[in-house]
Amino acid sequence: MAVEILMPALSPTMEEGTLAKWLVKEGDQITSGDIIAEIETDKATMEVETVDEGTVGKILVAEGAEGVLVNTPIAIVLAEGEDASAMDASKAAAPEPAAAPAEATSAPAAAAAAPAPVEVSVPADPDIPSGTELVSMTVREALRDAMAEEMRTDDAVFVMGEEVAEYQGAYKVTQGLLDEFGDRRVIDTPITEHGFTGIAVGAGFGGLKPVLEFMTFNFAMQAIDHIINSAAKTLYMSGGQMGCPIVFRGPNGAAARVGAQHSQDYSAWYSSVPGLKVVAPYTAADAKGLLKAAIRDPNPVIFLENEILYGRSFDVPKLDDWVVPIGKARIAQEGSDVTIVSFSIGMTYALSAAEKLAEEGISAEVIDLRTLRPMDMPTVVESVKKTNRLVTVEEGWPTSGIGAEIAAQVSAQAFDWLDAPVTRVSGKDVPMPYAANLEKLALPTVDDVVSAAKQVLYI
Amino acid sequence: MAARKTRSATKKSDATFTPEQDLQAYRDMLLIRRFEEKAGQMYGMGLIGGFCHLYIGQEAVVVGMQMALGDGDQMITSYRDHGHMLACGMDSKGVMAELTGRQGGYSKGKGGSMHMFSREKNFYGGHGIVAAQVPLGTGLAFSNKYKGNDRVSVTYFGEGAANQGQVYESFNMASIWKLPVIFVIENNGYAMGTAVRRSAAKSEEMYARGAAFGIPGEQVDGMDVRAVKAAGDKAVAHCRSGNGPYILEMRTYRYRGHSMSDPAKYRTKEEVQKMRQEHDAIEQVKHRMIENGAASEADLKEIDKEVRAIVTEAAEFAQSDREPDPAELWTDILVEA
Ligand SMILES: Cc1ncc(C[n+]2csc(CCOP(=O)(O)OP(=O)(O)O)c2C)c(N)n1
Ligand SMILES: [Mg+2]
Repeated sequence: MAVEILMPALSPTMEEGTLAKWLVKEGDQITSGDIIAEIETDKATMEVETVDEGTVGKILVAEGAEGVLVNTPIAIVLAEGEDASAMDASKAAAPEPAAAPAEATSAPAAAAAAPAPVEVSVPADPDIPSGTELVSMTVREALRDAMAEEMRTDDAVFVMGEEVAEYQGAYKVTQGLLDEFGDRRVIDTPITEHGFTGIAVGAGFGGLKPVLEFMTFNFAMQAIDHIINSAAKTLYMSGGQMGCPIVFRGPNGAAARVGAQHSQDYSAWYSSVPGLKVVAPYTAADAKGLLKAAIRDPNPVIFLENEILYGRSFDVPKLDDWVVPIGKARIAQEGSDVTIVSFSIGMTYALSAAEKLAEEGISAEVIDLRTLRPMDMPTVVESVKKTNRLVTVEEGWPTSGIGAEIAAQVSAQAFDWLDAPVTRVSGKDVPMPYAANLEKLALPTVDDVVSAAKQVLYI
Repeated sequence: MAARKTRSATKKSDATFTPEQDLQAYRDMLLIRRFEEKAGQMYGMGLIGGFCHLYIGQEAVVVGMQMALGDGDQMITSYRDHGHMLACGMDSKGVMAELTGRQGGYSKGKGGSMHMFSREKNFYGGHGIVAAQVPLGTGLAFSNKYKGNDRVSVTYFGEGAANQGQVYESFNMASIWKLPVIFVIENNGYAMGTAVRRSAAKSEEMYARGAAFGIPGEQVDGMDVRAVKAAGDKAVAHCRSGNGPYILEMRTYRYRGHSMSDPAKYRTKEEVQKMRQEHDAIEQVKHRMIENGAASEADLKEIDKEVRAIVTEAAEFAQSDREPDPAELWTDILVEA
């Protein structure tokens, strides 16, 4: 029977693409494995292989067509001995693409983790001189620019990691750096985290300023001994002689549908280690300014990025040297009824919840911690003194988490101002499941934040 | 087409197969290929999420090794694991349903493509952290030796994984304790976008990486299923008779990108086409059987039909099966004591 070839999803986040080129024409014989077309996705140009055998009966979507939705029929293949009349039959018999189960829409978890990709509006930042031009850029571009700017001004800064150079970064964060700085300063490593982390820390002892990319922080567990025992403790053990100016960066936390070993939030882990600074930005402006600060910092800095935020755009001040100080939280939204504290992707839940609460007449103050160690407790305590209620939001596990730390600090520093117990919203206390429905359940939701806020308000 | 050398350094094998063995190898390799093609297609339809690493091109490695193994022998590998599971007899419905995250999957939908296991078939996963399976497989061998049985653990890993330190820590202990483990390096030429020559010292001789530990090693044409089986036989005999570990470097090739979202710009189209046209493991067996009369075109078409039916059934099951019950979120975290 004639079969329809459908527009494929070629990345976990692709919803539509451009049919760049047909490599076959009507009447061609094809067998499974043949490359039949090239498709441009959000990230790259991909080749499409057929798994069907037969003759190309009809090409349904012309070369060059843009915005072709995933699962749109793009061609019809006739089986051996069939002629064109089979095509109409196929039309009738072919299953509706929409008949696929609901969770089949290409990036269910991404959608769950990153609600509506609406324009994000950040209130005026007191650190930005008034009148500064703002340019919209993705978090990915902001991080790359931060590295490039620091590399231009300081030859001691170099970038190292798996696939950072020739492949341009597994998540394309180091795009273009090899071209500009060459292979002396942008270095591909073998897959050997424990080894190359030790080498980078040693290079830091030797006076260089390594920016070490972990393809994801899940793989930094292989190297955590050098991060903690070698990088974090040596200044102390050497009586202040030997510090290590190094940045460990890469995506942290859950991506989409990649299962337990690839979906873990290390915020709380690193935050408990003296000798480290830990940064976890949400916006592109903070990503850029904080990464520049981290590279200049004479201490080891853990720089936690988030894969789902890489493609999001934010306004970034167009300044020659935009640096955001480590250790300062930002009030993302002012309010008076309840304080919501979060960081990194947790801010997407916090801000959406604040919007929903506003619709119900509840005024939430939203604080973006930006740095987790040292944590800006004065900003949090100041806010609690105003609202008397506190909700924390994170994607990581609840037990001994960032929320637990904040709750302890606030009960020590602002006990008399609290009108309700501090309430935590977090990921569930389970390894990350793969199944789409379970993954959604494992992550926090905007509604969780809204109900936590109402709980501390006793409504 | 005669079996050709994969790379210049690989010795040409003179191993032969009976017509029955050829037929079995053909069918088993074809099942993996068709299964993977279907998985790729279903990924394209959004039915499979996250990462999905296909085994297309490497089929002869697991199929040849499986033919050399006996009951109770264990197997462990990386995230590129679908082929290994099918080769050791796991049900294609259960594997495909895990890929779609359904309750009938081998891990009840909780593991996904990279994390599947079967106690019954002695398949110990499916591991997402590069090279983690190497000490784990060595530990399986430790348990065999400890219990005094003659089972062998086959530990598969990529040539990229072969640069992790824990591989050499495992080599050392496997050697001093004479553990019955076969280390199979699946050298497909690339670790993501990194060609082996850019990441590995003496990359033409990965099989020799156990030399410092006194572990014998051999380079094998991993596109020739007969050569794989013959090398597997030798390694199994070595391990079973208490001589300690053995290394097999399989020279092989992956046709597709590293995972579904890899555009594979780090190699030329010609390179891929050449491998497919001149070295394809399945085509080699097919031509051989037709040439020597072991099977006719019609026989092979029949096998292809059977295999497609199995894969279609698996795909249908994987789409119609239910998602796991929400209560499953909270199960299997600790064994109830
Ligand atoms: C410790 C660790 N580092 C990095 C990764 C990311 N990663 C996944 S697969 C891969 C390449 C592995 O290549 P190879 O061992 O040759 O196996 P192949 O994919 O070719 O089968 C990398 C770098 C990972 N999963 N684990
Ligand atoms: Mg490889």
